[in-house]
Amino acid sequence: MAAVLESLLREEVSVAAVVRWIARSTRGSEVTALTRPQDNPGEAAALSSLRPLRKEFVPFLLNFLREQSSRVLPQGPPTPAKAPGASAALPGRPGGPSRGSRGARSQLFPPTEAASTAAEAPLARRGGRRRGPGPARERGGRGLEEGVSGENLPGAGGRRLRGSGSPSRPSLTLSDPPNLSNLEEFPPVGSVPPGPAGRTKPSRRINPTPVSEERSLSKPKTCFTSPPISCVPSSQPSALDTSPWGLGLPPGCRSLQEEREMLRKERSKQLQQSPTPTCPTPELGSPLPSRAGSLTDEPADPARVSSRQRLELVALVYSSCIAENLVPNLFLELFFVFQLLTARRMVTAKDSDPELSPGVLDSLESPLFQSIHDCVFFAVQVLECHFQVLSNLDKGTLKLLAENERLLCFSPALQGRLRAAYEGSVAKVSLAMPPSAQAVSFQPETDNRANFSSDRAFHTFKKQRDVFYEVLREWEDHHEEPGWDFEKGLGSRIRAMMGQLSAACSHSHFVRLFQKQLLQMCQSPGGAGGTVLGEAPDVLSMLGADKLGRLWRLQERLMAPQSSGGPCPPPTFPGCQGFFRDFILSASSFQFNQHLMDSLSLKIRELNGLALPQHEPSDEDGESDVDWQGERRQFAVVLLSLRLLAKFLGFVAFLPYRGPEPPPTGELQDSILALRSQVPPVLDVRTLLQRGLQARRAVLTVPWLVEFLSFADHVVPLLDYYRDIFILLLRLHRSLVLSQESEGKMCFLNKLLLLAVLGWLFQIPTVPEDLFFLEEGPSDAFEVDTVAPEHGLDAAPVVDQQLLYTCCPYIGELRKLLALWVSGSSGRSGGFMRKITPTTTTGLGAQPSQTSQGLQARLAQAFFHNQPPSLRRTVEFVAERIGSNCVKHIKATLVADLVRQAESLLQEQLVTQGEEGGDPAQLLEILCSQLCPHGAQALALGREFCQRKSPGAVRALLPEETPAAVLSSAENIAVGLATEKACAWLSANITALIRREVKAAVSRTLRAQGPEPAARGERRGCSRACEHHAPLPSHLISEIKDVLSLAVGPRDPDEGVSPEHLEQLLGQLGQTLRCRQFLCPPAEQHLAKCSVELASLLVADQIPILGPPAQYRLERGQARRLLHMLLSLWKEDFQGPVPLQLLLSPRNVGLLADTRPREWDLLLFLLRELVEKGLMGRMEIEACLGSLHQAQWPGDFAEELATLSNLFLAEPPLPEPQLRACELVQPNRGTVLAQS
Amino acid sequence: MILTKAQYEEIAQCLVSVPPTRQSLRKLKQRFPSQSQATLLSIFSQEYQKHIKRTHAKHHTSEAIESYYQRYLNGVVKNGAAPVLLDLANEVDYAPSLMARLILERFLQEHEETAPSKSVINSMLRDPSQIPDGVLANQVYQCIVNDCCYGPLVDCIKHAIGHEHEVLLRDLLLEKNLSFLDEDQLRAKGYDKTPDFILQVPVAVEGHIIHWIESKASFGDECSHHAYLHDQFWSYWNRDGISQCCSGWCGTPGLSSSSASASQSAGITGMRKHFLPGILMKCVCK
Repeated sequence: MAAVLESLLREEVSVAAVVRWIARSTRGSEVTALTRPQDNPGEAAALSSLRPLRKEFVPFLLNFLREQSSRVLPQGPPTPAKAPGASAALPGRPGGPSRGSRGARSQLFPPTEAASTAAEAPLARRGGRRRGPGPARERGGRGLEEGVSGENLPGAGGRRLRGSGSPSRPSLTLSDPPNLSNLEEFPPVGSVPPGPAGRTKPSRRINPTPVSEERSLSKPKTCFTSPPISCVPSSQPSALDTSPWGLGLPPGCRSLQEEREMLRKERSKQLQQSPTPTCPTPELGSPLPSRAGSLTDEPADPARVSSRQRLELVALVYSSCIAENLVPNLFLELFFVFQLLTARRMVTAKDSDPELSPGVLDSLESPLFQSIHDCVFFAVQVLECHFQVLSNLDKGTLKLLAENERLLCFSPALQGRLRAAYEGSVAKVSLAMPPSAQAVSFQPETDNRANFSSDRAFHTFKKQRDVFYEVLREWEDHHEEPGWDFEKGLGSRIRAMMGQLSAACSHSHFVRLFQKQLLQMCQSPGGAGGTVLGEAPDVLSMLGADKLGRLWRLQERLMAPQSSGGPCPPPTFPGCQGFFRDFILSASSFQFNQHLMDSLSLKIRELNGLALPQHEPSDEDGESDVDWQGERRQFAVVLLSLRLLAKFLGFVAFLPYRGPEPPPTGELQDSILALRSQVPPVLDVRTLLQRGLQARRAVLTVPWLVEFLSFADHVVPLLDYYRDIFILLLRLHRSLVLSQESEGKMCFLNKLLLLAVLGWLFQIPTVPEDLFFLEEGPSDAFEVDTVAPEHGLDAAPVVDQQLLYTCCPYIGELRKLLALWVSGSSGRSGGFMRKITPTTTTGLGAQPSQTSQGLQARLAQAFFHNQPPSLRRTVEFVAERIGSNCVKHIKATLVADLVRQAESLLQEQLVTQGEEGGDPAQLLEILCSQLCPHGAQALALGREFCQRKSPGAVRALLPEETPAAVLSSAENIAVGLATEKACAWLSANITALIRREVKAAVSRTLRAQGPEPAARGERRGCSRACEHHAPLPSHLISEIKDVLSLAVGPRDPDEGVSPEHLEQLLGQLGQTLRCRQFLCPPAEQHLAKCSVELASLLVADQIPILGPPAQYRLERGQARRLLHMLLSLWKEDFQGPVPLQLLLSPRNVGLLADTRPREWDLLLFLLRELVEKGLMGRMEIEACLGSLHQAQWPGDFAEELATLSNLFLAEPPLPEPQLRACELVQPNRGTVLAQS
Repeated sequence: MILTKAQYEEIAQCLVSVPPTRQSLRKLKQRFPSQSQATLLSIFSQEYQKHIKRTHAKHHTSEAIESYYQRYLNGVVKNGAAPVLLDLANEVDYAPSLMARLILERFLQEHEETAPSKSVINSMLRDPSQIPDGVLANQVYQCIVNDCCYGPLVDCIKHAIGHEHEVLLRDLLLEKNLSFLDEDQLRAKGYDKTPDFILQVPVAVEGHIIHWIESKASFGDECSHHAYLHDQFWSYWNRDGISQCCSGWCGTPGLSSSSASASQSAGITGMRKHFLPGILMKCVCK
């Protein structure tokens, strides 16, 4: 592996070749076809010798980078002196990210035996164990997650077994990545709001230790409660409940002392069982990093980058691997790169390799990153390659990136693009999670008595429901109290209640209730983003109160930096979910679990199969973007519900298999596998996945499947059934190359979501790490894709940043990393997190409904609660539709009016400014500045519209018998909601909408104006009386063409036209031109041209006439009559330009040369008539005649022509009788046509 | 009016290697007096186009072009007024307009420094007066007016027919009180590919439910039908998707058309099972 890298660095092979080489290995199928045409044979040879190592290259590269960077991000415990520096980078990344980062920089992927070349030695030193500290962490995490204290150990044991024989490596202390298991050093920062708050189930990189033995399963408690950086630890416990900080603070912190004690116990237990050196090492603990510590950052300077070329090469390979999805987790890599970007200082390398001299640059022996400059340079190089991903991050991250001075310094171009992306971004993402204990109004669907077998069962169930809600309320009230414990407080009551559920049907009733409550409480996507399925809009969004909004934002800022779980947090049950998980555990009822699984499976199937609206093409125009917004929200709601349900299904389904014992090995494993493979899956997820992929609904199916799988136990991935699933997912992952975008394929953000969740899944401890780098033989499993329908959900832009961040809060770690940099680096006072000094002591989210509006909302809730659910659905439906219609109405009226105004203004503008008009962009600006202020009316109009329309609709949809009071309340609520919806959209979008429409109108007008001024003039339609019976233009063109072809020849002797036919034809032409029904401009143009040709033929007397033999030629009078008709058509009936100058084109005049005897009088007649009728100017004709002389004619013809022009020029138009005198007939002298 | 497949084939049979001239069309008309000239012309044109598609490569080899050009030059030297180019085209069984284009291109190559651009050639074909050589101009003009299957005039006729039938169709829809969105409206709504009309309320014609109408003012033989199916109809279907089982295209009933049966069968062969074809009536004539 190192050899590959080395040869790359020595430029023996090109980056492209290496990437091809790796990619091929991972694609498996082309293993043998090493030499491709584009491969330089030398390269191929160099690489082919390394063929067996191919699949290990990526892990090697990643580990190599982590290793190399360890000096820059040095949080190694043994160098306490550096700890402050380290802490500067890490502590603010509270808990999670630091751990994650640390994990990230530890050895991600253990080299395998085959791969151990010289360069890998250092890695091997780190431990044959895969993934360095991972297992230990995992152990801890599992512990927390799965409860029973000892349970965490199995994971570690298993890993250890596999990686056994790894020598400890004392020498590595320096470069050892920060030991995040060192809890003192990297304390998970306390306040953990619901989202990531509970993420105490660590991934393999994270190793918090469970504190509470009895209750480790219950609501996630962040036990290692060290305060957030900005808090003084001692102040915490007291402030906990009263200060707003308390909201997010871990509930379980009794006292630090106590916890530490437990921690120690835990660790010693682990140590006993796992003597590996990488396990948590409490003794290494350095003092808590203080923020005041030496934070002097080393400035990064592009000029001082040590080996540019080498860094560029490695960055390129690395970027290519990321771009090709050869790395397991895109965001983990980005996180790593961000870390490099924001690295504060280099470890003072006193004990570092003395050979770190600029001499040995090109080998792997010398460190890749010799200074901060190198790190930043490398990071910027990589980021440049991933601009597209960056530009799709949320606005806040973009802002921080764009403002990052290092980025500016190293790549102004990238910084410029980021700034542009930031300015264009609308992806404001609220990182704040809804407060954990939402003030949920309980509204169980009133279960119908008819659904119960007996009165007794019904009453029992009623009682149970009461107990359930009692328990829930109690949990809400108490779960944040420090000393409160779920099992102790509620366990017995829950079990007693479950005991009463004797009948099977009662179980199913209860499960339904449980599930509904779960959905209702837990699936709020956070922020005011969406409404829960079947739930009223978020209280906050209904309030819209300024004050509350500010509080909300404030809270968000308070919480955001702390709510972290690292870039790869373990699966957790944040917020209310904790209640449900604890409930399941405490109830420990087999029947309940079974019913729950049944019910969850059913609901998952149902939601997964839900026909979600497709993206309609009309949306591109924004025509129905209101609807589309709604549809996107619907998708978000469905997706989040699915994820929630699948998470619980996974949790319950795999619960029996997750025990404290380590994953089995050897024969034991085989027998367990044999046994487990018999067990049918609780839900046929494989089929659902396959179908999802087939139907191009991966964007819906995969995220919930990932949630489900994240709870799998260690055996699961070894089962054939699930292995298939993982392989499918792996293929999917690899196929989601972000840079490949094409019509009908997956949207960018959809891909990003899938990459994020899959990447996260691949980091879950139970997923075997070698799985990702598995070299898979060709399988047709993924081939299904080719027969998929063209437009699946995948192709629709259903994912937005809000959903992405809601599903994958860990992406927010990137932002926090950058924010930390800002807060720590510049001399600014405060920075991101310190600016706010909370002054209120009341809980923020807890009682938002104290305001009158909140009360109103609650009243509405209560109102609905008392009414049949259909009423609520009706009101919501009406509100939704009316709101949407309102926007459409505004578009069709107000906006359309404004567009008309714009058009007339534009016309004026154009008149005043002349034909040129000026710069369209400037024009647009002027118009918009004039018109956009009118958009303000939209709100009033919208309100009025909703007021007018909603009541009628509600009335029509509700039963006739609805009491008047109920009806009027329902109407009022509908009006309110509709107005809310419409006004929210309008106020946000009206200006942009007007702008867009005006822009379209402007470009339309300008276009119409541009090329064809004639087309713009009054085009008369046919008269009102016209019945459109005129001959069709196509018929006429065809007829005239026939005449022309007859005249031009060749023709049979008996062919010809009658004068009557000609006359009739011209008559028809007149009709057609007057009835414009069927006439399109091109047809008119051709008719005009053909008529001119016809005139020329008439003038030259070239039309063969049918009739008695004597009359082979058109009689002079007839010809004149026909010419008159033509003249009048040209004058009166043609609306487009007629190319009359063609009459005097050399070719047409040349026709005269053919006639014997030549007769010029018709031409002269025609020319004079043209002038007289004003069809052509004298000058124009003169010019044409003049140019005729330049052509080569036979001598006599030229003479006659000259005479003609003299004649024409000499006299003013003469009256008709005199024309005969102008004959220029000189018989028998005409000759052949002019030759050129 | 409906043309049976047998009738169609009989007509097509008569068109094998017939030059696309006025005279040929006249003979065809005499042979099939019951068919309108427009129908015959449309079939003629389409059959001839197929023929040209099959053979045009051989006329485009540089040797062929060179030999045509030499023959043309020799011909006009002998008699510039004779229909040299037209005869040449008929003799080698190539469309006169296309032959004219070939020779014109070759001529310009010889006389101009740079290779002539396509737009220049097109413009000269549209207006032969622009051709610098008078003899060639006449020859080209002769070819164009005598070609009833190719050339700017024929193109214009076809375009006009298309436009006219769209107007007719619209009138019919209005007359029948069918609410519809036309192409412009659809485009304004952002549809990228649009049929001529989308019915806002679907109608049933002969048991088939019709959602949208695309009028192709050309003869709907199997081959072109397949091509359209491929290029256009599926993409409409993908977009206007509607319910899976009923979607279709058609001319309008009453807007007489010649080829329902021929193309209908073609339509069915191209369909998926769940996709009941509507009626395809290509509008060739009124």
